[in-house]
Amino acid sequence: MGSPATPVVPPTRLSVHKFSSCDGCQLALLNLGAGLLRLVDDLQVVHFAELGVVDEDAEADVALVEGSISTLAEVERIARVRARSRYLVAMGACAMSGGIQALRNLADGPAWAAAVYPDAGALGLAPQVSPLAAHVRVDLELAGCPVTSRQVLQAVRSLQRGVVPAVDRAAVCQECKRREVVCVLVTRGLPCLGPVTRTGCDAVCPAFGRDCYACSGPAENAAPEALARRLVALGTPPERVAARLVAIHSRSESFRRGAAVARALVPDGARQQEESAR
Amino acid sequence: MTSTPQPATSGHPSLMARVEGEGRIDLDLRDGRVVAARLAIVEPARLFEKLLEGRHALDVPDLVARICGICPAAYQLTAVQALEQALGVEPDPWAVDLRRLLACGEWIESHCLHLHLLALPDVLGFPDAATMARRHPDEVARGFALQEAGNEIIRLLGGRSVHPVGLTVGGFLAAPRPADVERVAALVAAAVPQALDLVRWAIGLPGGRGAELDVTRVALRADAGYPLGAGGVAVLPAGAGSHDPNVDPEGDRGADPDGGLPPLLDVPAFAARVEERQVPYSTALHASLDGAPYLVGPLARVAVNADRLPPAVTGLLARSGAVLPSTDLMRSLLARAVEVYLALAEALELLTAYRVPRRAAERVPQRPPRRTDGRTAVGFGAIEAPRGLLWHRFELNGDGVVVRARIVPPTSQNQACIAEHLRLVVEALGPHLPPDQLQRHCEAVVRCYDPCISCATHLVRVRLHDLGASG
Repeated sequence: MGSPATPVVPPTRLSVHKFSSCDGCQLALLNLGAGLLRLVDDLQVVHFAELGVVDEDAEADVALVEGSISTLAEVERIARVRARSRYLVAMGACAMSGGIQALRNLADGPAWAAAVYPDAGALGLAPQVSPLAAHVRVDLELAGCPVTSRQVLQAVRSLQRGVVPAVDRAAVCQECKRREVVCVLVTRGLPCLGPVTRTGCDAVCPAFGRDCYACSGPAENAAPEALARRLVALGTPPERVAARLVAIHSRSESFRRGAAVARALVPDGARQQEESAR
Repeated sequence: MTSTPQPATSGHPSLMARVEGEGRIDLDLRDGRVVAARLAIVEPARLFEKLLEGRHALDVPDLVARICGICPAAYQLTAVQALEQALGVEPDPWAVDLRRLLACGEWIESHCLHLHLLALPDVLGFPDAATMARRHPDEVARGFALQEAGNEIIRLLGGRSVHPVGLTVGGFLAAPRPADVERVAALVAAAVPQALDLVRWAIGLPGGRGAELDVTRVALRADAGYPLGAGGVAVLPAGAGSHDPNVDPEGDRGADPDGGLPPLLDVPAFAARVEERQVPYSTALHASLDGAPYLVGPLARVAVNADRLPPAVTGLLARSGAVLPSTDLMRSLLARAVEVYLALAEALELLTAYRVPRRAAERVPQRPPRRTDGRTAVGFGAIEAPRGLLWHRFELNGDGVVVRARIVPPTSQNQACIAEHLRLVVEALGPHLPPDQLQRHCEAVVRCYDPCISCATHLVRVRLHDLGASG
């Protein structure tokens, strides 16, 4: 027992929950190696099934939630997690905006399911794929597909001290400038979506030498309409520009506006072809 | 017979952890004894095959990665193979070598994660890896170091280890810098002897315990070497032990290195014999070959390619009483350890031989691949993912846009095997073990398959269906 001067602080209880997702965000923890053991020693892991600790209904101070809500059972389960958690963290693209599987919202979802599964009714799919925030209050969103170990550790360590960390909503471009990455859009004309995409990924794509494909979702003050026009002018087919904007974050209004602008554009080459065909 | 399923009556449902994907083991009870067990996968369906439709071929690698966070590169590697076949694109040998290196990295990462975080706690009697680490700190530290070596290889070629960004149709989007290659090569060189220690250690792990399953095994077999990313499909029938031309009395090694194996199939011919069906208790489709279960994964690979194991490994195995190849699923842990060593040794060779591309076209063909004849084109791709044979079929229209996709992951192919295996386990042990012990046993057997249940969650919950009393 601690004296009154040094009160015993119970360890922070951490839970990690998975919903509709690929497991990739949990790897931000499972790939930590010795760091994972330090975290487990320092915190009290109350639920993290892949690690081997299972108690879905355990109360937690910090709940890291991976995945989107895509089945009726998940709608109920996320409410239970919320009720038992002090801080609920949406970890990654699926939790934050529905993820890639939310594309079925834009199509005929039931027909899709029926095309893959003979008895689609047995799947218990919700009518829409939705982010956590459509169902429960979310205390912190970590952008990324997947999130990085640094993002997750930073969040857990802050929340452990009762502080919700500030989130950088700036565009990938800013990260490229900080890292002194040569711009792949300006210098090579690649269809980079970095100007409208939120940072957090350490600008992994441009730093690697390729174009960003917006897996972290929209940045603040993004103007995808202007970027769409520019990318089409640089030679990327309008349909491809639109499809790249409406992919992992298809529920984003601003990305969908950008896609609509792209689709309305007909490339010069195609127009000439059409005219000559007439 | 009572057919209405009854939920478990116990106050705290028994959950199974340490698997990838959301599912549970359903047990049927009669007279208080288990009479049937099923791996019911309840992972939400994400309908990938449909959401790929309408996507440009060049955008597919970034999208299919999202099927699985643990083996994203396997999906990317298979997809680019299929797309290149459809588009008539031939990657340069430079890119082919680096893809092999990428596959090595993912085998190392995925196998080490499975061994140390998911499977070994079963074998050594711990609830989880963190608890196990207190008693076996060196083994767990070695596992983490090896896992990290695999991740570093993936980062070298893809910027990050989960959903790497390097692969493209035709080659790679960027070439690694020699200084980075040297750094990773040093890391890998240090890991190779650790992997051999892992193999030695894994040889001593117990096998058996009712984990035998003699069934048709399917794996790729290449012209040379162990089959990471290319080759024909070999179907090794049950009862055939293993394919090893060295011990085949009729085998003529020089003229017929594949002697003893039925003729290798190309992917379309194999695909024609595979049927996927939905079962009422699972969101994973079950695949069968000519109507029967078949096994893919490390044990199938070792059985089909026993003559391709490196001498350092065959020496160790011979001295241990030839515990591999095996039909004992518990030996899949050893098979994974062997493949970690094999992949590290091969990665070291590839890293040592690395050179920057002399021409840009070595990295990727300079003209973007696009079919101009306006017709649809079909391509198949098949690789050995960490969990076994993975194959894709893509149909593209004249603009290089996906019209139809079919993706058959290893876990879907192993589903029927797992079902059959659980049936045998229950048949042998059901009359003797109480449900909770049998459940733990079923869990350990299922984990040997390293199921990548929709490549994610991790919740296999036991549900009891009490069928009442017999008679």
